[in-house]
Amino acid sequence: MIQLETLPAQFLPGQDSLSWVFQIIFMLLFVVMMFYGQRIQMYIMIREIEGSLLRLKFIRDEGRKIAIKTIKEIGKPEVDPTERVNQFLEHITIQPQSMDPAGIVWKLEHILDVRETRFKDEVKLMAPAADETNVNNLENTLEAAAALNIIYKVIRHFYILGKKTLSLYIIMQIQMILPLIMREAEAYASALKAFSYGQPIGDGAGALVAAKLMHGHRKKKIEKDCVVAKVPLEGRTAYVIKAEGPGGNVGKPGEAIKRVIEENDGKISTIIMIDAALKLEGEKLADVAEGVGAAIGGPGTEQYKIEESILKYKIPINAVIIKEDIGDAVSPMRKEIFDATEVAVERVKRVIKERTKEGDTVIIAGIGNSIGVGQ
Amino acid sequence: MNGETEKAVRRVSSIVLIVTIVALVLSSTALYEAYELFLSNDPTAGYYLLIGFIGMALSAYMLIQTKRRMQRFTLKTQPITTTIVCSKCGFKNVRNFERGDYILKELGSCTKCEGTMMISAIYREVKEKRKEEKIFT
Repeated sequence: MIQLETLPAQFLPGQDSLSWVFQIIFMLLFVVMMFYGQRIQMYIMIREIEGSLLRLKFIRDEGRKIAIKTIKEIGKPEVDPTERVNQFLEHITIQPQSMDPAGIVWKLEHILDVRETRFKDEVKLMAPAADETNVNNLENTLEAAAALNIIYKVIRHFYILGKKTLSLYIIMQIQMILPLIMREAEAYASALKAFSYGQPIGDGAGALVAAKLMHGHRKKKIEKDCVVAKVPLEGRTAYVIKAEGPGGNVGKPGEAIKRVIEENDGKISTIIMIDAALKLEGEKLADVAEGVGAAIGGPGTEQYKIEESILKYKIPINAVIIKEDIGDAVSPMRKEIFDATEVAVERVKRVIKERTKEGDTVIIAGIGNSIGVGQ
Repeated sequence: MNGETEKAVRRVSSIVLIVTIVALVLSSTALYEAYELFLSNDPTAGYYLLIGFIGMALSAYMLIQTKRRMQRFTLKTQPITTTIVCSKCGFKNVRNFERGDYILKELGSCTKCEGTMMISAIYREVKEKRKEEKIFT
């Protein structure tokens, strides 16, 4: 039985001095953790962000170095392009005002067109000896370097702001999304290398499917940076569209599809779009799936145009997607994705056989970056 | 180009390193003292043992962290394979990617027959480090 009069003594240390030392340390720790626990946790988070920020800085600097090295190798500039590259990395694009959303698609498209023209002009000035393919590849390389620069600057902003204000919530929100940001930054670093060497990337799976279908047939340029070929396929006539390769470019497939539809007075039995799509964690890499709708990413202007055109003529639209994650989409094409393009070709043929009749006209659009993919 | 890496080293504060090493030495001394006291049946041996182990654990943790900080950052270039196939006889040649290669590029005549050699594939092979999660398939 507990004797109440001796209870307080239970919480006091014994007679030896070490017991006192331990008791005092324990009580001090208790008080420190009570008042400064959150601050200690915050400093741990800051250190974690600092580590990632160092890695981001390294990736950003490497990206910049690779871009400059590639420009010097391919472009043979007379003056050092470093200063111009630095200016390019700080380039900004201001989105159109969306308070009155009517017509915003065309405003956005115009801004993006101006941006692309400006970028190409800049690259031509930096690398005068580069041909059209290399200009496209260099532009993509610089865009990846600029994306890395932005990521680094945003994380640095929150890191400094968090340190200045000592706000747990500023630090916590950046620390929580940091793993995803690091994955994205590493994906861009891989992309940058692929672009600088002109290697096909995972995102080009759709373009590769179209290239396989149109290979050996007469091609003509259509709209901006796109090519089309009239291919007899399973007894039907297929207009196969892709961005012109092997330079890094996505073209304007929406514009190209619209043009083919108009040229055929809307008499198109079906449209099949093939694109790389983001896979969910747990899904198998390079799985091929089918569906309906316009399979196209980007800022949305091309998807809008396709949807407008198919609505006008009530054309059914099918999608064949090749699943991959963001890292695989922007890094050099993996064997699994390359093999999946053969599966996608067979799927396209199956959709044509099942969804159309012999003698019909169809459009097949391979969406994605055509870097390293000819036609 | 294959296998090439870029490296950078992260700096580690020398004061942190010195403090960690001193803590490690003191913890070792505490452990030795605990052993001596244990032999002489002194009850305070347990305290020294506790101090020694806590000190050891903390300084080992600090050293591991420092080593991690000192690890070099690398941006690895993965090996990319280019496959060239003769459209006539099917003769296949596999080599490392070279700048200027692209899929469906024609590369002149075949050495075996007079067919056209063409790049049929460019890809990278990735060896999975660990197996995918199989629980919720």
